[in-house]
Amino acid sequence: MTTPAARGPVALVLHQGSFDLRAFLRNRQARFFTLALPLLFLVIFNSVFGGHVVGPGPIKASAYYVPGIAALGVIAASFVNLVISITAQREGGILKRRRATPVPAWVLVGGRTITAVGISLVVVAGLLAFGRFVYGVKLPTSAVPGIAFTAVVGSVTFCVLGYAVSTFIQDEDAAQPVVQAIMLPLYFISGIFIPNITLPPWLRHVASVFPVQHLAAGFRHSYLPGAHGIGIVWSDIGVLAIWALIGLTVAILRFSWLPKTASG
Amino acid sequence: MSVEPVVSVRGLRKRYGQVDAVAGIDLEVERGEIFAFLGPNGAGKTTTVEILEGFRTRTAGEVSVLGVDPAEADGAWRDRVGAVLQESNAEPGLTVRESLQLYSGYYREPRDIDETIALVGLQEKAETLAPQLSGGQRRRLDVALALIGDPELIFLDEPTTGFDPAARRTAWHVIEGLRALGKTVFLTTHYMDEAEELADRIAVIAGGRIVAEGTPGTLGGRNSMASTIRFTLPEGTGADDLPAELRALVASEDGRVTLTTQTPLVHVGALAEWALGRGIDLPDLDVRRPTLEDVYLELTEEPA
Repeated sequence: MTTPAARGPVALVLHQGSFDLRAFLRNRQARFFTLALPLLFLVIFNSVFGGHVVGPGPIKASAYYVPGIAALGVIAASFVNLVISITAQREGGILKRRRATPVPAWVLVGGRTITAVGISLVVVAGLLAFGRFVYGVKLPTSAVPGIAFTAVVGSVTFCVLGYAVSTFIQDEDAAQPVVQAIMLPLYFISGIFIPNITLPPWLRHVASVFPVQHLAAGFRHSYLPGAHGIGIVWSDIGVLAIWALIGLTVAILRFSWLPKTASG
Repeated sequence: MSVEPVVSVRGLRKRYGQVDAVAGIDLEVERGEIFAFLGPNGAGKTTTVEILEGFRTRTAGEVSVLGVDPAEADGAWRDRVGAVLQESNAEPGLTVRESLQLYSGYYREPRDIDETIALVGLQEKAETLAPQLSGGQRRRLDVALALIGDPELIFLDEPTTGFDPAARRTAWHVIEGLRALGKTVFLTTHYMDEAEELADRIAVIAGGRIVAEGTPGTLGGRNSMASTIRFTLPEGTGADDLPAELRALVASEDGRVTLTTQTPLVHVGALAEWALGRGIDLPDLDVRRPTLEDVYLELTEEPA
């Protein structure tokens, strides 16, 4: 993996990531959807269901919603944000211009992914801190490694899926509606917005095929590490890994740096 | 320095379905020259450039750019080539300077950032977010981004399309600056005046074929093409009253008389002698050699 750039491969990925991060932080819409909206959801769902007890075991609603919304935060920072920005950059000829330089493709992908992982970790940390100090949801120190690991695996998986899905989107105007059309139903059936214990069994089976439910479940289990060793449930991580492989295959087969809507 | 051409194309063909978008062309661009590639929309210009830039595959032919086949282009080759693409938005969320910092990191030996900003005249805008620049300024930033790696060869694909005249002048000035740096420039355009102003050599493509090649002065036999002399005769005088040697040159007479001639000075002299002898003036007398635009329109004319 040699590059003609003056700096080495790792430094080059960090170079790319630092500029991607800067561009993200200056994008008001991306900031709102990624940083503010998950917190807003957490506050709303806790206001509505805060006093209730959910699930088979006696789990406080706030303890249920914090990890679920953390999954939503990771998906917003990785999948939603990435599909929208990559589609706009592809159709605007920005990806093509970057490919006209000696920068290798894996540096562009790696830099963008590292940015998403970093933002995901910040969002998850913010939501957990908010849950801890505002709703009094206990956060044992021993749970932190499992949560961080789950956040990184989830973020990478949803970045890869973002690259895959972007190949089916014609132009930037379609990007926002498409990602919401994919994610909103999954949020509803995957225990993010409503506790999935209230769903009919067949719907829970449908949800268990998709990665959203496993990311939320992964966070929820990490939260109670006492019950699950170090708090990593390998079946959930395994499903995420399978989706990452599917996404990777689709992306490798279909991803193009050139605009779809280019004229002759 | 090697004497081999920077760009060398032999028998290049690109077929889409049943149509040859590029139907077997030869091109050669020497080191240090500004080469203009002219042609109407859909003539195969952009297809050819994208093959040379390594973005498209070809159906047939031999292509060598800086001694390498662009279909097998790697990072080391891209380090030596800059490209200003026909359509490319500004880097979102980055200033002019940050955009250049990002791109300079991609290269082995990038140019100085401030110097490059000055070269395209964007010093005042260095801290402005790139998407907030005007169209002309954004295009100059594109040139700066293509230049930051200090390439030997730069592709400019229709760099001034949609510009107002002042912005075009500024852009031309920047491109002239590339010549001073010793860069080889491959310029595509459909503006004749742009090619005439900037290019050392021009090739015209139409219907996927090269229909003419030459310097701005000689393209399509422009230097040996007939000049036209035009004037309006006063009331009561007609082209039939002209002396025989001029009468033989009349190409048209519709209120205004048009003569075509290979020796404009001789025939303007004869015309003046005749008119002065009769005491008439020719206030709208006009002598014109064919413009590059005339040559181009003739070359690229669709068969009727």
